[in-house]
Amino acid sequence: MAASPTTAFSARPPIGRAAAFWKRFRAGDEVAYLITLLSAVSVVAITALLVFELYQKSALSRAKFGWSFLFTSTWDPVAEQFGALPFIYGTVVTSGLALLIGIPLGVGAAIFLAELAPAGISSALTFLIELLAAVPSVIIGLLGMFIMVPAMRAAEPAIRAVLGWTPLFQGPFYGSSLLTAGIVLAIMILPFIISISREVIMAVPGDQREAALALGATRWETTWDVVIPFARKGIVGSIFLALARSLGETMAVTMVVGNEPKIHSSLFAPGYSIAAVIANEFSEATGDLYQGALIELGLVLFGLTIVINAAARILVMTTTKKGTT
Amino acid sequence: MTLPNLSVASAQDPVPTGAAPAKLSANSLNFYYGAFQALRDISMQVYDRKVTAFIGPSGCGKSTFLRTLNRMNETVRHSRVEGEIRLDGDNIFHLDVNDVRRRVGMVFQRSNPFPKSIFENVAYGLRINGSGGRAALREAVEQSLRRAALWEEVKDKLHQSAYGLSGGQQQRLCIARALAVNPEVLLLDEPCSALDPIATAKIEDLIFQLKDSCTIVIVTHNMQQAARVADYTGFFLLGRLIEFDSTTVIFKTPAKKETEDYVTGRFG
Amino acid sequence: MTRWNKLRRKAVNAIMLSLTGLCTLLAAGTLVFILGYLFVHGAKSLNWDFFTKLPTPVGEAGGGMANAILGSAKLLLLATLIGVPIGFLGGVYLAEFGGTTFSFVVRYTTDLLNGVPSIVMGIFAYTMIVLPQKHFSTLAGGVALGVMMIPIAIRSSEEFLRAVPLSLREGAMALGASKAKAIFTVVIPAAKAGIVTGIMLNLARVAGETAPLLFTSFSNRFWSPGWDQPTAALPVMIYNYAVAPYDDWHQQAWSAGFVLLTLVLTVNIIARFILAKRGHVPR
Repeated sequence: MAASPTTAFSARPPIGRAAAFWKRFRAGDEVAYLITLLSAVSVVAITALLVFELYQKSALSRAKFGWSFLFTSTWDPVAEQFGALPFIYGTVVTSGLALLIGIPLGVGAAIFLAELAPAGISSALTFLIELLAAVPSVIIGLLGMFIMVPAMRAAEPAIRAVLGWTPLFQGPFYGSSLLTAGIVLAIMILPFIISISREVIMAVPGDQREAALALGATRWETTWDVVIPFARKGIVGSIFLALARSLGETMAVTMVVGNEPKIHSSLFAPGYSIAAVIANEFSEATGDLYQGALIELGLVLFGLTIVINAAARILVMTTTKKGTT
Repeated sequence: MTLPNLSVASAQDPVPTGAAPAKLSANSLNFYYGAFQALRDISMQVYDRKVTAFIGPSGCGKSTFLRTLNRMNETVRHSRVEGEIRLDGDNIFHLDVNDVRRRVGMVFQRSNPFPKSIFENVAYGLRINGSGGRAALREAVEQSLRRAALWEEVKDKLHQSAYGLSGGQQQRLCIARALAVNPEVLLLDEPCSALDPIATAKIEDLIFQLKDSCTIVIVTHNMQQAARVADYTGFFLLGRLIEFDSTTVIFKTPAKKETEDYVTGRFG
Repeated sequence: MTRWNKLRRKAVNAIMLSLTGLCTLLAAGTLVFILGYLFVHGAKSLNWDFFTKLPTPVGEAGGGMANAILGSAKLLLLATLIGVPIGFLGGVYLAEFGGTTFSFVVRYTTDLLNGVPSIVMGIFAYTMIVLPQKHFSTLAGGVALGVMMIPIAIRSSEEFLRAVPLSLREGAMALGASKAKAIFTVVIPAAKAGIVTGIMLNLARVAGETAPLLFTSFSNRFWSPGWDQPTAALPVMIYNYAVAPYDDWHQQAWSAGFVLLTLVLTVNIIARFILAKRGHVPR
């Protein structure tokens, strides 16, 4: 070749199949594939192991109580009678309350941030709100214990005045209660609802809004009647995600819920959640049955969150654009 | 039926088809994406140190065929090749694929410099193929940048990010990067389609300079460009190579009606 | 359209839109409140002792959380060693060798693992390590946190690797790089900003986890040499001190909470800044 540059590579002659494989191997392709495959396989293995352990180590409790475990409300470690109902009740009530408070607040804020706020302010405020999700549960619990509980005690007369006639707000109130836990959980799930709903709302095509406005609709009517229904799937997905998070929340709940394994109809009453009872009693659980019952509770919680998470992922993934979510 | 008045740049005596050494030759090449056949029975030759252009309407298979020449289409799942392609007489499907790609370089439609410095971009191919010491590397990088007519513009900012260059400069950087490993063939896939006329002209000049040391195959949708730079032109349509001949023949006296229709602008 | 109707609609518009603003203020204000309160209450009693002294016996004033800080550091180190390699390489697998049914299984499993409540992770580490060893240990706590890190590491690594444009990979391969070389010399370096910030965010998250440690690394009022003994950790200390009946301990809980929150939020803010600036690969 004329005028060729300094470095020259000799053309390599044709090589057979075996030599080709060895070449690829040395080039690192096979090794890279194997190592990464191994990691991927280990993830699947770890998960399978986790499910297995939960199932196996709760065998004693499952054998003794069967399905009635889920419906019995006695929790008596001394008499070795264990029933999950108080904890399921507490978990459902606190999470339900959290959603009740969190959904209007969250969707409302998402609407503001997506539709009304100028881009710069929207980003800045969203940044702040997303930071809230990074606050550790135990710190929220700290604030819950020392600020929210006294505040609730102070607010009690007012609440009783307005809602005291309902069975939900009866009985004595000492601060730590299902109500307080529900409010604390609402604070914790707000960032998820807001962040995802905001993205979904922003993804609604502009011509949808324009069509409504061109018909004379007000901003609010456009948002409520056109944009939100369009974004509905993603918003519901965010709610499921928030629910899945709140079901598993441990520390903040156990610090404000009262930790009493009984079922009361009043929100003023103390309660218990699955995660909270495991956190409190596991390290001191004597006897295999006691421990097995707690692990069975963990299995129940695991099952619950899996189902809800799956529903959430399906809903969210089919609506938001792929981004750094 | 008036043929366009294109000035054809076959300044050297065109080598009569069939008489010159073929650097690359395709023999009954068929290519499938899954069940879809993208290339049908392509046989042709790319002559050593000449510029060969592939023209044709969108979707005709010219880029697909170009990518078979350095086995890049193997990166697509469920693709299948039948037939053979020979590089200096050796079937490239029996050679080590990375070696083929080193010998048959490629420049893409959209420039794709790595997020590294200008120097590191050009040096990349050398590093992975086992270069000499640092001095040899520096020299090779300078040589490549000179061959790509980019040296004067970047010699003072070799260690700055490649993304600071203009579009045309980035494309020439990609050419320099490809040249650095001293390829025998350089495949250019519509290299100027994203560039302005001035940057395009610079690259066309580059092609003239390079062809003394390097066989060039260029895919272009711009017929005037093919007429300007290529010694040989192949016209593709619907996955087939309709006609392949010296550029003068293709543009002035095409043998097939489809070729004539295309170069006179009746379609595509 | 009657005038009354128009007025009503305008009023509804104004009210609802202001309400949404109020919601936003509440949400954003909560974080500001949390930060502010922790700063006021926690920072004021923060002194050098906190970082250097061990906890004092029950009832005695003073002391610090030096062992908890070290304990958390050890736990996070172990968690990183477990979670990051598996997570990162798993992410590489999904991004570069994906598309098969197996990778679908892996992705689904990763999502599953991600949704596991942290307390259940603690149970897992307990059954795997504490039960056979018959004692609490730093190892168990590190394993619990490490397994928690895996799914997040996979997802973020995969995401940032996928964001590297195909044209860069092709460019490398067209120069003769094998697939593995292209991945390790071009794709991963191009994605490194995202991957590193992903690890930072991951760490910040597990640094604040309490529940999985409660019955794995348990707690310790003294130093915990090696990996075989129970260890104090910052979030667990906060919890233990907060629920105890001593005011002095409550104060220390505030200080510890302030330190923990500052660390976590700082890492978060830095990571997000880096991501916002660099985002994906330029172009």
